[in-house]
This record gives sequence, C-alpha cells and structure tokens, in this order.
Amino acid sequence: MSGFPFSAIVGQEEMKLALLVAAVDARIGGVMIFGDRGTGKSTAARALAATLPQIRAVDGCRFHCEPENRDDCPDPCTSKRIRKMAVPFVDLPLGSTEDRVVGTLDLEKALAHGEKHFEPGLLAKAHRGFLYIDEINLLEDHVVDLLLDVAASGENLVERDGLSIRHPARFVLIGSGNPEEGELRPQLLDRFGLSVEVKTPDNIDQRVEIMRRCDAQERDAAKFAATWKGEDAKVLRQIDRAKKALPKVKTPAKILRDTAALCQAVGADGLRGELTLMRGARAFAALQGDSSVTLDHLKTMAPLSLRHRLRRDVLDETGSTVRIERALEELFG
Amino acid sequence: MNPGADQEAAQTDFSLADCLLAAQLFAQNSKSFGGICLRGFGPVRDALVEKLVRALEPLGAVQKIPNNVDSERLLGGIDLAATLQGGRSVWRPGLLETAQDGVVLLPMAERIDENIAAHIAQAMDIGALSIILLDDGMESDETPPKVLMERVAFHCDLTGSRDMAAVEALDLTTQDGVRKVRAMAKKSRESLAATAAAFGIHSVRPLLFTERCATRHAALAGHDKIADQDLQIAVRLVLGPRATQFPQPQESPPPPQEEPSPPDQDSSEGEDQQNIEDIPLEDLLLEAAAASIPPHILDQIEGKVRQSGKGQGGRAGNKQQSTKRGRPKGTRPGVPGNGKRLALIDTLRTAAPWQTIRRNESGDPDPDKIHIRKSDLRVHHYEERQESLTIFAVDASGSSALSRLAEAKGAVELMLAEAYVKRSQVALVAFRKDGAEVLLPPTRSLTRARRALGALPGGGGTPLAAGLIAARQLAEAARKRGQTPTIAMLTDGKGNVMLDGTADRAGAKAEMQDVAKGIAAMGFNIIVIDISPRPRPEAAELAAALRGRYLPLPRAQSAALVSAIESVGKEAMA
Repeated sequence: MSGFPFSAIVGQEEMKLALLVAAVDARIGGVMIFGDRGTGKSTAARALAATLPQIRAVDGCRFHCEPENRDDCPDPCTSKRIRKMAVPFVDLPLGSTEDRVVGTLDLEKALAHGEKHFEPGLLAKAHRGFLYIDEINLLEDHVVDLLLDVAASGENLVERDGLSIRHPARFVLIGSGNPEEGELRPQLLDRFGLSVEVKTPDNIDQRVEIMRRCDAQERDAAKFAATWKGEDAKVLRQIDRAKKALPKVKTPAKILRDTAALCQAVGADGLRGELTLMRGARAFAALQGDSSVTLDHLKTMAPLSLRHRLRRDVLDETGSTVRIERALEELFG
Repeated sequence: MNPGADQEAAQTDFSLADCLLAAQLFAQNSKSFGGICLRGFGPVRDALVEKLVRALEPLGAVQKIPNNVDSERLLGGIDLAATLQGGRSVWRPGLLETAQDGVVLLPMAERIDENIAAHIAQAMDIGALSIILLDDGMESDETPPKVLMERVAFHCDLTGSRDMAAVEALDLTTQDGVRKVRAMAKKSRESLAATAAAFGIHSVRPLLFTERCATRHAALAGHDKIADQDLQIAVRLVLGPRATQFPQPQESPPPPQEEPSPPDQDSSEGEDQQNIEDIPLEDLLLEAAAASIPPHILDQIEGKVRQSGKGQGGRAGNKQQSTKRGRPKGTRPGVPGNGKRLALIDTLRTAAPWQTIRRNESGDPDPDKIHIRKSDLRVHHYEERQESLTIFAVDASGSSALSRLAEAKGAVELMLAEAYVKRSQVALVAFRKDGAEVLLPPTRSLTRARRALGALPGGGGTPLAAGLIAARQLAEAARKRGQTPTIAMLTDGKGNVMLDGTADRAGAKAEMQDVAKGIAAMGFNIIVIDISPRPRPEAAELAAALRGRYLPLPRAQSAALVSAIESVGKEAMA
C-alpha cells in the first residue's frame, strides 16, 4: 500500500524545509517537531523516507551496511551480492524496553546451539534511515540516555547480557512532542540539528484542501500516489541535485561573521548552534540551486537552527522564535 | 551577580586554556592523575576528546563503557553460551578487568548509576585504571557520582567554550624522557595544605594530585624544581574547581613575618620576583584557586546545606526500588509473577554450571534438556525514580494580593524554572474570596504553568482552610501515584472565610487549626512562607500547626524562597 506522498502535504512549509535540509546534509542531525497532534508530523517524516531513493546494502547483512563501508559491521558481512532496500523508517514506541531498543542476546541460539548471538534492536534497524519518536517528551529517562549517546556517537555499544558488541547506528532522529505536555532535557534538544514549530492550519481553504486530499488518498491510495508521482520525483531530483552541489556551495566570510554575531546576540549555548546554522544555510542554498550562501538563506534557517538552543528564561514571556526574529531585525534590519 | 558579557567571555577563554593544560598534563601522565572530567557538551569538547583518545592510544585503546552497562559485564561473569556448550563453567572477564591499567571513557557521566560508579572507583583504587568522564550536566547539581569525581585530578568545565582553533592547536604528544624534578619543599606542602583547608577541601587526594600536577608542570616547563608558578597553576587546576567554601577573610591576618624572604627560594631572578616574594606563598595559592572557581560552584557553596546527604546526582524525587518499571538495575533471586519479570538470561546463567551434575543426577541423558531449579530463578529489578511534586498554595486574597502577590508569582516562576530542569512537577492552588481553586493540576509543562500563573487574579477574603484542603488533596493524590509532594503555602496566615463561605475570623481560625492538624498527621514536607508586609504571628502559628517550616519572606527575595523550598524537599529525602 502506498503511503501519503510528501509533496501532497498541504502547508507546513517550515517542517518540510527542515526535513529536506536534513536529508541533504546528514551531518546536520535530526529534526525536532513541536506541535499539536494531527498536524501531519509523522505523515511528513514517513512520506519523506518513502520518497527517498532506495539504498544499496550488503545482501544478508543484518545491519544493512553500505557495500563500500562495511568495516565497522560486527557481522562477517562478506557477501558480494548487493540488494536494494527502502530507506529504513523505524518507529520507537513509547513503552519500548531497553532490550528492544539496543538489542539483546538471541536466547534461542544460546540455548539450542550454545552460540552467543546478538539480536539487533531498533537502533540497528534504523541505521542509514530515520528513527522516529512520537511524543519524545514522554519517553522514559533511561531510554533517552541511551539515545543521546548513540545519536552523538553514531554507534551502538552494547555491554550487557554477556554481550560485547559495537555496531554502526547512524540515523536521522526525528522527534515530535507537545511542549505543553512536558519539557525536554536540554541535552536531548541539543542532539537535534533543527527544530520546527507546527500549528494546525487555521486557514479554512487549507483545511478543506487537507480533507480533500486525505479523502482521495483513502479512496484509492495507488491512484493518489500516481497523481503525485511527478511532484515527488521533482522533490527527489531537488534533493539529489542539492546533495551534489553542496560541496561547491560557497560560504562568504561575511556570512560566517553574521552567523557568529547572530548566535551571540540570541545567546545560543555553545558552538553547535553556529555550526548547524552554517550547515543548514548551506544546504538550503544548495536546495535553492544557489552557488553561494546569502543573508536570506541565513535568515530563513536561523529560527530552525537556533530556537531550541536558547536558554529558557522563565521570567521572559517571549518565545524563542520571537527572540531570534528580534535579533535578526536588530542585526540585519 | 551579573557580570558583563565581555567579562564572561574573557573568563571562558581563560578557563579553556586551563582545561587544555589539564588535558595535556593528563595525556602525558594518565596514571598519576586518575582521570579528567570534561564538563559541557559541544563541538569543542568532542574535538578535545578525540585528541585525547588518539594521544592515549599508544598505551592501549581507550575503552568506552556505555551508560547502560550491567555490573555482570563490568566485573565479569559466567559466559552463558560457552558454559552450556562446554558443560563446565566458563568465566568471561569483565570490562574493568580487560581495561586493567588502561583508560576508560565514560559518556554522560552525570547519569552513571551509583553501583556502576562504585565498581569503577574500586577498579581505580586497586589497579591503575584511569578514567575520562564526559559530564553533560547543565545544572549545578547534575554532576558525575562523587566517588568518581573524587578520584580524578582535573575537573574541567568547557561549557560555552567556542575556541575550536585553540583545541586544534593543542599538542598532546608524549615526551619521552621525563625530566627529573626535585620533590616539593616542606614549606610548599604546608602552604598547599593550608590552601586546601581554606577552601574547605578535606580529602587528601586533591592534595596529592596538586603535588603531582605541580611536579609534572615543572617538568613540562623545564624546571628542575617546583617553582611557585608551577604550584600556583596546579592549585588553580586541581583545587579551585573543588572549593566548597570561600576562604574566611578573618583567618588570614597578615602572617607574622618570620624571615625576610626565605633564602632557599629561587633568588636568581630579577626585581620582578621580589614583588611576588613579598606576598606569602599561601596567599598566592589562595588567589590562584579563587581564580578558577567555576561560577556554578558558587551556587553550591551558597546552598551548601542542601548539598549534604543524599541529594546527589541531579535527580529529583526519592528513588524507589521497583520490580516493575524504571531503569534496569540488575537482577536478584526471586520467583516471577506478581508483576515481577523473569530475567531469563540471568536465570540460565545461574543454572548453566550445574548442568552436567544435574543431568547425571536426574538420569535423563538428553543433552538438549536444560535443568533449572527454583533456586536458579532470577527476576528483574528496576529503579523507579520517584518524581517530586511541589504544590504551591497561593493566598490571593485582598490582604496579601495587593502587597505581595506579584512577588509570590515571581517566586513560583523561579521555582518552575528549577522544576523544569529537574523534571519535577508543579501544581498551583489559589485561594481567595469564598474558596480554593486548582489553577494548575500537576504538570511538568512550563508553558502551561506560566500561563496559569499569569491569569491568577487577586482580591477578596482569605479562605485559608479551603486552600489547605485543596493542597492536601493534591498531595495525597500525588503520594498515591508514587510522587513525593512538597506543599508550599504562600500566605499571611490571616484566614477570615470559613469553609462554607461565611466570613468569620474566629470560626475560620478554628477551622484552619483542625484542617492543619489533619495535614500535619500526613507527614508531608511543608513550608509556610509568610508574605505579609511584616512577619506576623499568624503565619508562624499556621506553620507550627502544620508541623512545617516557617519562612518570613523579606521583600523581593524570590530566589531565597526557591532555595528554602528546595531545602525542605531535600531534607525530607535525606
């Protein structure tokens, strides 16, 4: 059955942009989506994963290693055959146990054959793809701890149940949550490259359009997907072109200075904000087909890259987005 | 308390330079320093860690130990698969054994379980294991376990460091022939001990570390003996970050000048040296240490009372052992059922060594059968963190509203910020006119809490008893959910509206006493904050009736209020 096409999602431009930027440059890291339920968060993430071209993986490898890059695979991973597979999209359900997330000892093999065998968990499944966590703010603390480390290091190190294993786990982390239902630890927020705030569209026409499209999709998913195939292919080409152009996009010295000035003005903690903003602006320029980063690229990416990195000031009612916009206004007019 | 931005930036750079120096000293002598703690996540630290790991490689790879390691894997245990296959118990060495005198890297050190920390500390004491702690903590009480912090020489704070170039320029290559440096002079040792005492550092380990650090720094600088400067730097690197108090000014009267400049001091230097020698070494060291006291330590020093006892590790709420949910905490013998989950692997591991014997005993030679006895059964064991809930009951009546409501709101907001960081919950009850109202059911959401608070109206009579009852209901419900409630009453204590809504001062007072007695019997943590313009006996009486703490709130001291509430919460947990 076909999923909802990425290009058929109505509105939510910022979220779509963030997902595209993250798809162009994997080093940017994940995307955190703040917002109410029913705003198309998971639909958009899922749709993008489905739109991306299939990846090549070593046949029979449980960690679906890239054929050219299999050195860090704990399995023998020697097959010469290559299979194609869809970009992994893994849901991490709220009640997940640690075993299920990191993987555990394969008991059947241990008992029947006396073999020590690692049974990969969700982190292994998500390697080279997306790990989606809905309502991440309700996730149990010790699962968050484990994610923090893996997301930062790109590998899952298991030292438990008598196992000692290390396998690559590089994925785009996509979290969603409603800040009204509990805040996220700043350490976790820092692992997300970009964040977006989504709202239910309050425009009547948009809402009608959403209903119309969802209905069409429900009636005949295949036909609906076919209608949007052209648009989705365009998105795909755009990502592809941007990926190729990315190394050549220039970042003028003035833009670097502007980036630093902006980060300082809003008081973003640490250096990560600057780096992400720079990478984000570069990826955005590449998506737009521009050869060099301009102030406009910077301005567009600033709220996405910085809003979750500002220290919360409880005594200041203004939201992060407003603070960034104000700083942009003051610095660049 | 709010230094200018420039000043702050200057200080960060200065501390980064110190951190890099510490990293250099550690890389060259990892064994003598026990380890290094690098606080503050970010690209700068990532780069430094990468450099350190590479520099330490010649001594054996740096072994990373994940946060969720189990103690069996750490200490070694029975290899299940090999044991079942071989029919005899096969022991598998643990990580600490394999690492032996190497270096281990501990990510997210502020979240390390105390049991795991204890094992690591033991391995450090027995062998020559050294550790690199990566501390991602942000708040002053989010720190790695004390047993580990105690055993590492350097506590570096890289929070907010931005100077990538400095890290990239750092050269960590090990020198081959270590220069011989003469042992530290007795006088220097005395000054060192006095300095440590002045900063409230009681353990001997830091002193040893400081001495080693001074020696190594002297070697690095090409000195034959430890110069004052080496010692100063060592004090700044090792002692400064450990300070638990400021030196008492009255304790250092101009020391009796014994001899004009001791003769055994390095006298070959020019006049500049003269100036420094006029100042006793001890003062120089005090100054050096003071320069490197990180800002968050000051918070701790101020709140020293609440640092004592168990309030360690930046966690809110009591911990509760649970067999049902929470952070996995190993297994123990037990029978599954009643919500307890069987720990299959551990059960099998216990049974594995006995298989040959049991097979012979039972006379059933089938090798595929595994013989398990009831005594082998192991069940999972979890640690559930009890969340804490602070219930603010705010008197919004006319008498207090006019003067103090804004301040009370300010205090609650500050407390909310704290709660947000510690992931504890808050609830808000307001009482005014003829009743109490739960403005905010228990929540962790800052946004909602702030909104509810902003909308809090003032004016009318004081239905104190109704407010107490509402707070009590919330506290009871919280306790049933497994939370630890603290009630903070912000009132002037002058109740004048009865539960049925009639205005009657005497009746209201009697009612309040009754209700308060009931609450006192429940044994909640309670603090009564007197928000009347001048402290009055009524609020103190209320505190006494509730068996809670009484705190008159001087004007505009929201921050004091926050620390008072916190200390009540912590006391109850200790």
